[in-house]
Amino acid sequence: MKIETSNAEQKIPFFDNPKNVMWILRIFYAICILLVVADFIVHRHIYVSFEEIPAFYALYGFVACVVLVVIAKAMRKIVMRDEHYYDKRNDEVELDVPRVVIEHNADEGSHLGENESADKESHK
Amino acid sequence: MSYAIPAFLPFFLAALFAAVAPVKLRYLLVLVPLVNGILIYLNADQLTPISVQLHTFTLQIMDVGAQVSEQDAKLSLLFAYLFHLACFICLIYALHVKDRVQIVAGLLYAGSAVGAVFAGDFITLFIFWELLAVTSAFLVFARRTQASKLAGIRYLIIQVLSGVLLLIGAISYFQQTGSTDIGYIGLGSMASWLFLIAFGIKAAFPFMHSWLTDAYPEATPAGAVFLSAFTTKVAIYMLARTFPGEDLLVYIGAAMTCFPIFYAVIENDLRKVLAYSLINQLGFMVCGIGIGTALALNGTVAHAFNDVIFKGLLFMTMGAVLHRVGHVNGSNLGGLYKTMPKTTIFCIVGAASISAFPLFSGFVSKSMVMAAMIEAGHEYLWLMLLFASAGVFHHAGIKIPFFAFFAHDSGLRPKEAPTNMLVAMGIASFICILVGTYPEFLYQMLPWDMEKAYVPYDLTHTLTQLQLLFFSALAFVWLNKKGLYPPELKSVNLDTEWLYRKVLPTTGNGLARIANNIKAGVIEISVSALNALPVMKRGNDANAATLTLRMALGFVVLAVLAFVTQFM
Repeated sequence: MKIETSNAEQKIPFFDNPKNVMWILRIFYAICILLVVADFIVHRHIYVSFEEIPAFYALYGFVACVVLVVIAKAMRKIVMRDEHYYDKRNDEVELDVPRVVIEHNADEGSHLGENESADKESHK
Repeated sequence: MSYAIPAFLPFFLAALFAAVAPVKLRYLLVLVPLVNGILIYLNADQLTPISVQLHTFTLQIMDVGAQVSEQDAKLSLLFAYLFHLACFICLIYALHVKDRVQIVAGLLYAGSAVGAVFAGDFITLFIFWELLAVTSAFLVFARRTQASKLAGIRYLIIQVLSGVLLLIGAISYFQQTGSTDIGYIGLGSMASWLFLIAFGIKAAFPFMHSWLTDAYPEATPAGAVFLSAFTTKVAIYMLARTFPGEDLLVYIGAAMTCFPIFYAVIENDLRKVLAYSLINQLGFMVCGIGIGTALALNGTVAHAFNDVIFKGLLFMTMGAVLHRVGHVNGSNLGGLYKTMPKTTIFCIVGAASISAFPLFSGFVSKSMVMAAMIEAGHEYLWLMLLFASAGVFHHAGIKIPFFAFFAHDSGLRPKEAPTNMLVAMGIASFICILVGTYPEFLYQMLPWDMEKAYVPYDLTHTLTQLQLLFFSALAFVWLNKKGLYPPELKSVNLDTEWLYRKVLPTTGNGLARIANNIKAGVIEISVSALNALPVMKRGNDANAATLTLRMALGFVVLAVLAFVTQFM
């Protein structure tokens, strides 16, 4: 939409600006709170006994995802293997990469990469 | 006017055309599914049944017309439209591809799917079933890497196995009933189990699913889009026709919705994540078939329709990344929204659709299966499906767009996807939003009559779904902030394929080594035993020994003969 496509080095891309990200998150939190509040105002149809728990869906969604990630992380200890576990030929695919035209803007990547993504980043 | 050709024929002719005509003319191919689809739509009431006499056997290659029940007719028509639409989008997406193999294989593959949908007996189905297997394998081979070659071969073996089981099932079904017409089977006989396993392999039942997660990520960018649309949906179509209301399927489906999402969370290859989430979506459909009420079956069919479009859309966006970057490893991607903004938006539309966000297509179909689940009284299984719904949003809805297009900046600045890819993604996005905002478009085509019309947009459903999704997202944000979210790592995760990619070869090699050792041992002992015998030389001094040995042997032979003749 209003995302900058040209390589305008001065302009910080929308999602790299920590202020924008902060605002998005704030709006997001606000919606979450509103949804829980709405749960107490609106009368939901109850089909299943579980649903009588206040804000059941919100709780369930949150807990389900945390449980999902925790179990998946634990699963890694058992099922995760090296990339070349099955066949060494995998690196042929890796070697394919340089053939595709990639513009590496290393300098831009590094100085923008730190400020915003530090909190959202998965690589600690 | 009536439609009196086999519906798959235009596809096969187009494939022939694509094989011989100059590559420049491949633009014309896009018209084939479009025109054929429109013709079928316009003549939906006047389709002519076609059968081929083969010696004493009749192949019903176009099982349409008056003698087919209204539901079956509507069901096969809906899937036929869907496959035409999917093929149309895939061909646009593949317009830039100059590789004939992919275009020809794609067209034959789509044609086989259409053929399977209109097949009237199991033998015809078997033919198209195997054609689906063989043609689609070339979409994997066409990547032309060593890994894709091997994955394609494994894929082909399993797919052909499914076909063979189908054929054995058809033969024993014929022995029992004297007919091979496709219709309700229901579990019970040996034949029905063979059918269930044959369909189950293609529908990626648990423990039979690894061909999917193995081969799809190895296919070409356009190939994966083709693959995601047809094979599994033909299997769902067949299950809906032959096993509706089979209780076992509810449990299989529930398992299918849950186990792949764990893999999807830790998987690095983003197309493999999509492959796992494809199994998860199939789980909802299998559940719907298992419940077997009109609402559930309609939900299944509607969800199959939506899934082809939104999963195709997601595969298209990842294919665009693959096309531009050369890989789709979450660990090495990120920040692509800066240079691929349109692809990013399309990906978000696909992600919103698959996670059943209100106003997007998944919302209006997945909920039908969920509602049917409650009606059928499976409360705990319903909780599983709800868990899976939250999980889908987590891995497909957030993870895919986030790690590909946002997250940490990878420094990659690929070009925006080619125009034809953008057009294809645009059409798919449009359909996702159209079905989501105007569900009647899809609902009016659903085969089964429901007592009361299903209303997706009521306050309860919208609110609860939003709560579920937003708090799943909140969990993602929270886990990321706390650094608890598992990082994307270059790795391979062991799945069922481990059995035939590691255990089987290792044990096979081990057994071969043991056999070799035994063989060597036996030879050694025999040699030493032979050496121990007196040497039969024609020397003077050896005569006595030779004579003794010959007499001994003669005695043994006579003794054996005498013994044997006792029993003759």
